[in-house]
Amino acid sequence: MIRVDSVTVKYDNENEAVSNISFSIMEKEAVGLIGANGAGKSTIMKAMLGLVPFAGSIHVENIEVVRDNIRKIRRKLGYVLQNSDNQMFMPTVIEDMMFGPLNYGHSHEEAEKIADQALIQMGIENLKYRHNHKLSGGEKRMAAIACVLAMRPRILLMDEPTSALDPYNRKIVIDRINEIDRTKIISSHDLDMIMDTCSRVILLSEGKIVADGNAQEILTDKALLEKNHLELPLRITRG
Amino acid sequence: MPDFDSAINELRLLDDISGKDSFIHRIHPVAKLITTIIYILITMSFDKYSLSGLMAMFLYPIFVFSSSGLSMKNGLYKLRYVLPLICLVGIFNPFFDKESLFNIGMISVSGGTMSMLTMVAKGVLCLLSSYAFVATTAMDSCCAGLRRLGVPNLIVALFLMTYRYVFVLIDELSNMLIAYRLRAPEHKGIHISAWGSFLGQLLIRSMDRAEELYNSMELRGFEGDFRYAGCRRLERSDILYMLILIATFVMARYINIARVIGGLFV
Ligand SMILES: Nc1ncnc2c1ncn2[C@@H]1O[C@H](COP(=O)(O)OP(=O)(O)O)[C@@H](O)[C@H]1O
Ligand SMILES: [Mg+2]
Repeated sequence: MIRVDSVTVKYDNENEAVSNISFSIMEKEAVGLIGANGAGKSTIMKAMLGLVPFAGSIHVENIEVVRDNIRKIRRKLGYVLQNSDNQMFMPTVIEDMMFGPLNYGHSHEEAEKIADQALIQMGIENLKYRHNHKLSGGEKRMAAIACVLAMRPRILLMDEPTSALDPYNRKIVIDRINEIDRTKIISSHDLDMIMDTCSRVILLSEGKIVADGNAQEILTDKALLEKNHLELPLRITRG
Repeated sequence: MPDFDSAINELRLLDDISGKDSFIHRIHPVAKLITTIIYILITMSFDKYSLSGLMAMFLYPIFVFSSSGLSMKNGLYKLRYVLPLICLVGIFNPFFDKESLFNIGMISVSGGTMSMLTMVAKGVLCLLSSYAFVATTAMDSCCAGLRRLGVPNLIVALFLMTYRYVFVLIDELSNMLIAYRLRAPEHKGIHISAWGSFLGQLLIRSMDRAEELYNSMELRGFEGDFRYAGCRRLERSDILYMLILIATFVMARYINIARVIGGLFV
């Protein structure tokens, strides 16, 4: 479904943010992209979306990520940004949610219906008419995810979906993620969350893949995680 | 800098009340826009001495403010930065135009005084009506309205983006101000030595954010053409609203209502 082939990304001319990475992801797979800060998790996602130039090739459902295909690709991918503040740009939640569907040619009524469904799916019907800049961090994150769901993407990319959430909202987000029956790629260093949501894990360090495999195995490998500046999930430490 | 904080809040507040609901809020943005523009044109066209004629024009802002639940006090309060400017423009008129127009008791009122007062009144009216428009029309509807009027998409999109960018800028600025003040609580404002880096940071940070925002728009299918949510067709009530008000303005322009009413009692 997604094939990443020898991808290298450079922001400036010296350092490679991601170097020579390859992996592929099957339909309906839930993959955790883990690694310390600056490991290159966000960069890989941006490369898939065609937001940063890269060397190598990426295919999404057999369509190559190149300039001419970018619209088709972006329609398949739903991207939840690391910072929800940068995701929402309309005055109110509902307007933000309708923005995507309207752009894809749905009528006003259809767009609102789609938005309503996404609100229900996230359990945030109460936020519908709220102003974006008055939402709390957790509410904003939920709304941002709902915005992306309203696009009905085939594949969901989530960049640190639980960062800056309190335990209560974090739990809700995890439950919602698990309910979404689609291909998911989730980046995080919240390994407990990854353990709850993903069956497979790709471990990145300094732009390279260090491990790729069964979530249970990698997330319980204390030596491997610590070598890469990560810690065992809390529940493993606690036993 | 509490002054800056309150300025931010005022701007935010404007964005909020424009999303409220009232009979005025529900009028089609195009109808409101045309009405406002014509109102301003007619107001400006009044003779420079016809202060009494202008009085009738005050009814329009009062009407909009009261029927949309806006506070007149707030409106005038918000004009406090601009009003002195208008007064400044007219302040020399009394010195140039000393010809006496009429007398109130023992005091003779000169043409210059009258034209100054008229000018101030015109300024207040234009500002009040523009404020009333902005405060009762969500920015997106304004843009939809402009599009309907045939303003090119590029210009409207630019306008909307600028408006959004202002908020991004303000957001970043207030974050940075908080960070600064927490670490320099004894400073009043920002110390001059930090201005350079402060401004530079502000620009970079807000540009980064603006870029991410734009990415996020593109990822949701934006291709340079806004599909405004609030755009419906002009209905009969919108046109009626517009026509009645414009007719009233024209009438007020040619019939000096204040004088007519005054005449009834003499
Ligand atoms: N816009 C940018 N310009 C230059 N370097 C960047 C930019 N974004 C990220 N980087 C660098 O790329 C590397 C990977 O960053 P990123 O993918 O954001 O990491 P992660 O999401 O895993 O924390 C980091 O070393 C970071 O400094
Ligand atoms: Mg990141």
